[in-house]
Amino acid sequence: MTVFTDVPDRPIEAGNAHGSRITWATVDTWVVAKRHLLHLVRRPDELLGTLMIPVMAVAMFGFVFGEAFGVAMNVPGEEYREFLLPGLFALTMAFGIGNTTISVAEDVRGGVLDRMRSLPMSPVAVLAGRALADVILAVVELSILLALGTLFGWQAHLGIGGVIAALGLLVLLRMAFSWVGILLGLLVSGPEAAMKYFALVFPLAMVADTIVPTDLMPDWLALPAAWNPLSSTVIATRELFGNTAVPATTWVGEHALTMAVLWPVAIIAICLPLAMARLRRLGR
Amino acid sequence: MITDEPAIWTQGLRKSYPGRGAALDGIDLAVPAGTVHGLLGPNGAGKTTTVRILATLASFDSGQAWVAGRNVARDRAGVRARIGIAGQYAAVDGVLTGRQNLEMFARLHRMRAREARARADELLERFDLVEAAGRPVRGYSGGMRRRLDLAVSLIRSPRVLFLDEPTTGLDPRSRIEVWDAVRELADSGTTVLLTTQYLEEADRLCSRITMVDRGRVVAEGTPAELKSSVGGRDLDEAFLLITEGA
Repeated sequence: MTVFTDVPDRPIEAGNAHGSRITWATVDTWVVAKRHLLHLVRRPDELLGTLMIPVMAVAMFGFVFGEAFGVAMNVPGEEYREFLLPGLFALTMAFGIGNTTISVAEDVRGGVLDRMRSLPMSPVAVLAGRALADVILAVVELSILLALGTLFGWQAHLGIGGVIAALGLLVLLRMAFSWVGILLGLLVSGPEAAMKYFALVFPLAMVADTIVPTDLMPDWLALPAAWNPLSSTVIATRELFGNTAVPATTWVGEHALTMAVLWPVAIIAICLPLAMARLRRLGR
Repeated sequence: MITDEPAIWTQGLRKSYPGRGAALDGIDLAVPAGTVHGLLGPNGAGKTTTVRILATLASFDSGQAWVAGRNVARDRAGVRARIGIAGQYAAVDGVLTGRQNLEMFARLHRMRAREARARADELLERFDLVEAAGRPVRGYSGGMRRRLDLAVSLIRSPRVLFLDEPTTGLDPRSRIEVWDAVRELADSGTTVLLTTQYLEEADRLCSRITMVDRGRVVAEGTPAELKSSVGGRDLDEAFLLITEGA
C-alpha cells in the first residue's frame, strides 16, 4: 500500500494561480490523510475494532441468522449468503460514519482543527484529508471482506470488470458517508455525543436492501428502505457481482446502477459545502 | 526588526455572542513590533476572544484590526502566513510523536518534505525535545507538551506570535521553561501578544500591559507605570484597584 510512502515535493510557490491552488489542496489533503492513517497504525486496537464489524456481521448474519432468513426467502443458506455479502459490504461502509464523526469531534475538542485553520493551508484539505483516509480504510476493509466472503463460498460471477466497478461504487458510497460523518462531527457537542448517536447508524444500515430483501418488510418500511441510498449501492453491486437472487421490483431498484452513482454524488454535493460553512463558523 | 508601524493594532474592536451579550466592548491595542505585550485580565474578560479574532479564528462585529501590516477582516491568508498561535489547549496531536507533529505542521506550512524534516530537527533541539521526539505526545509532561506546542507555532518563524495563557496549569518548573522560551523569542525580534491571568508572568515578561475586564480596556502601560498609577507595590494590588474603580 502507498500509505507510508511520501508525496513528491511541493511545487515551488507560484502565486495564487488556479492550478497551483489545486495542487496544494491535493498535497495538503494527503498530509492530513496521512495523519489519520498514522493514528490507525499507532492505535492498532482501534483499527482491529473497526475491522471487526464486517467480520462479526458475516458471522452473525451469514450463519446465526442466515439459515432462518434463507427459509423465509425460500433459498438455501449458501444462496442467502451470496445474496447477503454485497449487503454487508455496503453495511460496513455505513458503519464507518461513526468512526468519522468521533474523529472529527475529537479534533474540534482538542484544538487541532483550530490550529489547522490558523495555517496558510487549503481550507478544504482540513476536512478532505479525513475523507481520503476513510476511502483508503474502506479499500482495506473491502479487501478483507472479499477474502472472507470467498472463504465462506461467496463469489462474483461476472468477471473482474464487474468486481472493480462494484468496488468503485462501494468506495464512492463510503466517501459520501464520510462527508456525512464530517458534517455531523462538526455539529455535535463532542466525541461523547457522537458515540451516543451511534445507534442511528442501525436504521441507515438495516432499513435497506442489505440483510433481508425489502419485500419481506412491512409496506411502510419497504418504501424508505427502497429509497435508502444504501439499497441502490447494494442492488447495483449485486448486479455487478452476479449475485441477484431476488429481482428488484421498485422503480428505484430497477435504476439501481444510476442511483448508486447519483445518491453519493448528491450527498457529497450537499454535505461538503455545509461542512465547509460550519468549519468557517466554528467557535465564532 | 522594529519599525514605527505597530505589529498589532486594533481600534474599537467589538464582538457579541447571541444571548451572551458583549464579549468585547471596544478594545484598542497598539503593540510595537519586536515587543512582548501582555493582555491581562480575569477569566471571561475577553482575552481569548481577542486573540482568536486577531488569529483569524473568529469574526468581529465592528472596529478595525491589523496584524503584521495586514487587515484581519480582509486578508485572512496574509495574516495566517505571518502569525503563530500557541496556548493553554496545546493543540498538538496526542497520538503522533513530537517529530511527526512538527513534520506534519511544517508540511501544512507548505514546506517540502526534506525542509520539514530539517526544521523539525532544529526545533526539537531548540526546545529540548530531542530525547522525546520519537514518543507519542500523550505521554509527555504538561511542560513538554506546551514546549512542543510553542515549537509548532514557530515553524515558519512568524512575525507575530499569539500566546494564549501559555502557562496555565503548568507546574512552577515548566512555567519557567516556557518563560525562558518566550524571552528568547522576544530577543530574536518576534512580536508576542501574551494573554495571562498571572500578574507575575506579565510583570516578568511584558514590556507593556493592557488590562482588560468585561470586554473593555481598563488600564494600559508598562508594569512600573501601572504599579505607580495606583501607588501600589505590586501588580496584584494595582489590578484589584483598577478593576474595582472601573
